[in-house]
Amino acid sequence: MSKSINQIQDEIIEEFAMFDDWMEKYEYIIELGKELEGFPEQERKEENIISGCQSKVWLTAEKRENGLIHFHADSDAIITKGMVSLMLRIFNDQLGSEIVAADMNFLTTIGLLENLSQTRSNGLAAMIKQIKTYGFLLQ
Amino acid sequence: MSAFNVNEIRADFPILNESVHGKPLIYFDNGATSQKPNAVIERISRYYTHENANVHRGVHFLSDQATNAYEQARTKIARYINAEHSQEIIFTKGTTDSINTVAFSLGETLKPGDEILISGMEHHSNIVPWQMLCERKGTVLKVIPVTPAGTLDLEAFEGLLSERTKLLSIIHISNTLGTINPVEQLIQKAHTVGAKVLLDAAQSIQHLPIDVQSLGCDFLSFSGHKVFGPTGIGILYGKKAVLDELPPYQGGGDMIEQVSFEKTTYNGLPLKFEAGTPNISGAIALGAAFDYLSSIDLQGAFQHEHALGTYLRARMREIPSIRFIGEAPETCSTLSFLIGDLHPFDLGTLLDKQGIAVRTGHHCTQPLMKQFNIPGTVRASLAFYNTTEEIDQFIVALERSIHLLS
Repeated sequence: MSKSINQIQDEIIEEFAMFDDWMEKYEYIIELGKELEGFPEQERKEENIISGCQSKVWLTAEKRENGLIHFHADSDAIITKGMVSLMLRIFNDQLGSEIVAADMNFLTTIGLLENLSQTRSNGLAAMIKQIKTYGFLLQ
Repeated sequence: MSAFNVNEIRADFPILNESVHGKPLIYFDNGATSQKPNAVIERISRYYTHENANVHRGVHFLSDQATNAYEQARTKIARYINAEHSQEIIFTKGTTDSINTVAFSLGETLKPGDEILISGMEHHSNIVPWQMLCERKGTVLKVIPVTPAGTLDLEAFEGLLSERTKLLSIIHISNTLGTINPVEQLIQKAHTVGAKVLLDAAQSIQHLPIDVQSLGCDFLSFSGHKVFGPTGIGILYGKKAVLDELPPYQGGGDMIEQVSFEKTTYNGLPLKFEAGTPNISGAIALGAAFDYLSSIDLQGAFQHEHALGTYLRARMREIPSIRFIGEAPETCSTLSFLIGDLHPFDLGTLLDKQGIAVRTGHHCTQPLMKQFNIPGTVRASLAFYNTTEEIDQFIVALERSIHLLS
């Protein structure tokens, strides 16, 4: 049995609790960003871009035979890529219904977002919205 | 007035003592908006505490007092930019509103085929209103090209001028590139074909002395919040003879002389262009901002800022893989740059976490970004309250960010 969305969020919260300051958090996010791979080149097209981000984010989703949803994503900015990586870790291979219902409490807990609805510059809100839309459509 | 001393000046701007993410704030986003001196903040408070009333209406004491303060602000601004008459100063919401006022009112006098000339380095606020006008009236928008160095192609400019050109609407200092355009020359050339000239001074009013009579522009626009005043207030200057000929932009209270259902006659300048209750506190506080500028050694302030700009560029040149977007010979203390293939968003985010506010993105100049084939830039834009120490700290923070991202 794979981990639930909340279990993974809790893990991330724990990991970020080790960092003393902002720069360390971002150093970690940047590392995650550098490691993120596997976005299919042919999917790097306009219709897969999430609008609302200062940096470009490409996102695709597929429903696999086991009924779980698998995402591929990428960005042209490394920090955004790191955030994308965190998102995929949480949402990949979950049920559509779980994705739709997920409460993204980890973002505020680790201090990446003050207020989801007010933030648009880093595109996290737009990214989550798109992930949830896929979750809904593919459930 | 004492000689310019940046530490004394900084004491006038309380926000400069703030901390961001546990670091002292270094505010290098002055091109987006400037910080406010105590004189402006206190003026707003004083207005609402002691003077608040509607203007141009009541016979009572407070209304008289508010009207006087509002009209005195107009006079102060007229004096600062050396307008011939204070009625030539129209209070607007900001630069965007000022340009839209001209686009509508002057636009009403234009015919299909008449041409509006802008440049490739305009802010969206000096592009879109003209496109809307062209859709409405069948006028034609022409664009002066920008060279790879980020200057205007003056030869092309002359080629674009003709008797069809009715208006040249041009940015004085580019908000993205920092380029100072040779506006005296542009205005004079445009006038030879009978075109009017609107000068967008949103990025120059806080960096250079502005004298509308010696410039000779027909219109000039700027925003209060970029020149140490509040948001939501701006100025449209227009030559009296030109404004007198134009129809009003918006209808409503204050802008009328007589209203009946058969026929309404309009008020004279400047109220013809100020429909409805204006931003009274904003106007008065903008007046206070210009009082503040007049109270300091402004020449010294501009010299300090120019030196900062030069120092910033010199320090930035030391950074490997640096690319300046805009390398005009005449620039203000605004600098757009990219480093290698690092994304502006990444740099801006890491600088922010080190207490440094810069702007990243397209700076509302998407056509310019397209020309340079870049998604955006990082922009550091300075004001006279910034210091060389802040630039040194900025360089350290930038190097640290580059190290993390590479």
